[in-house]
Amino acid sequence: MPRFDKRAGDVLIWALLLTAPYWLPAAGSYIELGSHIVVYALAAMALNFLLGYTGVLSFGHAAYFGLGAYGTAMTIKYLYPSTPLGMLVGVVISTLAAAAIGPMIVRLRGVYFAMCTIAFGQVFYFIAFQWRSATGGDDGVSAWHRMPLDFGVAKIDILNNPLAFYFFVLAVFAICAAAMAFLLRSPFGRTLLAIRENERRARFLGIPVDMHIWTSWIISCFFVSVAGALFALMNNFVDPRALRWDQSGNFVIMAVLGGMRSFWGPLIGAAIFLFLQDYISSHTENWMSFIGLFFVLVVLFFPRGVLGLVRRRSAS
Amino acid sequence: MTQLLLFNVFNGLIIGAFYALMALGLSLILNLSGVINFAHGGFLAIGGYLAYTLNPYLGFWGALIVSPFLVALIGILIERVLIRRLYGRDPLYSLLLTFGLAFMIEDGTRFIWGAQSLPYQIPGWLAAPLSAELFFLTGYRVFMMLLVAAAVLGLFLILNYTRLGLRIRAGTLDLETVSVLGVNTRVLRNLNFGLGIYLAGLAGVLAVGMLGLQPTIGDNLIMPSFIAIIVGGLGSLPGTLAGGLLIGVASGITSVFLPSASEAVMYVMMAAVLIVRPRGLLGEEGRF
Repeated sequence: MPRFDKRAGDVLIWALLLTAPYWLPAAGSYIELGSHIVVYALAAMALNFLLGYTGVLSFGHAAYFGLGAYGTAMTIKYLYPSTPLGMLVGVVISTLAAAAIGPMIVRLRGVYFAMCTIAFGQVFYFIAFQWRSATGGDDGVSAWHRMPLDFGVAKIDILNNPLAFYFFVLAVFAICAAAMAFLLRSPFGRTLLAIRENERRARFLGIPVDMHIWTSWIISCFFVSVAGALFALMNNFVDPRALRWDQSGNFVIMAVLGGMRSFWGPLIGAAIFLFLQDYISSHTENWMSFIGLFFVLVVLFFPRGVLGLVRRRSAS
Repeated sequence: MTQLLLFNVFNGLIIGAFYALMALGLSLILNLSGVINFAHGGFLAIGGYLAYTLNPYLGFWGALIVSPFLVALIGILIERVLIRRLYGRDPLYSLLLTFGLAFMIEDGTRFIWGAQSLPYQIPGWLAAPLSAELFFLTGYRVFMMLLVAAAVLGLFLILNYTRLGLRIRAGTLDLETVSVLGVNTRVLRNLNFGLGIYLAGLAGVLAVGMLGLQPTIGDNLIMPSFIAIIVGGLGSLPGTLAGGLLIGVASGITSVFLPSASEAVMYVMMAAVLIVRPRGLLGEEGRF
């Protein structure tokens, strides 16, 4: 029975995602919000690879999200106007940065790990802010745009057609989600779960724990940088806010809100969070207070998230 | 050149003293309760703004004394209502909660006092330079250094010579045992939180005299405070103090030779410490 439920859940989620551009406008929203949700969902799911499945608390993922975004934007603007090339450069740079920083932090645990990821994350914000000649400082990288995809035989105009762009984002999301699901089902993924459940026992079993956490960290940052690259393409613009600490907080709250212990949780969290943000920020100037209040309420009354709650219901 | 270097070292010391004051408060709370208080910068801002509001009624000195106490009261209240519920749970939740609080405080101060930055009046005789030669040595800066030194000294006296301080130190090592010995650890953590927030409020009042008031004033100070704790070593208050002063002076000296790297040097120091000595300069082995 639970197995069937899971299948049905997967089918339902894909059905909703594939049809989103058709029912979103009817629900009083717009296609761009759909792209927004999918991009953030990818970021939150990538974070959850580390947070929910490895049990390691990173509060600095915005840095790698932003690095992917800046890499993409600056490649398209300065090097060569190609969407795939830009994404590739952004993702590679970001993943390399994560791999380099990893060894310094994987020995740490708990709060200490969180604090170091926050501090390291801020390095990149600081660079983006100060290096005006290349990154435009506070104004960000503008005056560029994503390029239509050219496959030789066919051209897909993701620039001017929001529907095409949505499906482009969804396709990338699908590949990443499938890859993450595959990794989590592999022996490697099971080992990560073992580390999450009982690190000491995993160590006694001869598992190189730090090495696994480092690998998981890199994988997580890789996927978050893909989301970052999509984010830059979506806005045709990127500024330092993409990699500031509050962005990291947004990813974490999305994962928690949806349910950290489930694969689709962060997607649901992202959808709720962004709908709410969209609604609040169009109604009041003090949206920051409401978002802050939302954080507090989720922590106090909803720590297991939506899917955690659903599961508990069905278990009892 | 020497004068410039001297100026920047002194400046670095002042900034470092701020970082240390912030970081000591953060560290107190982190050590006893395991909570990273992301809203610390927000409390600093409240301290500054309250002083601004109180200044016309109580004067500079009255505001300086009263405002940090009010901030500490707010902190105690918030701990009592919100943060207390999260002790013993995954640190993720307290981090998220204080994160949300930081948002609310920043927006709240903007709502109450406005987004534009406000000037803060300090007594004229404090604002004047002490000598024509060392123009940067204004009375206010020296006064700030003295006050921070006094606050740090006071903190160490409290921790070493009062019953409360003894319990805080004991609780940092083993809270359960302290609780079994009949100490009300709820009250202890509550007071400890208030003490930490008091330091943030004090830093706020002092900071606005130098930097002026704006809602995001705490943002620029909280990251260096984290770095101060990491460099100095988790679990060690002397380490935190040393870490704050160290990164302040280091960034001061760097700004003479390579101004654009004056902040980057702090992160470089953090990376170096994490590679060579992950527990920090004075941190205990195996605590985290």
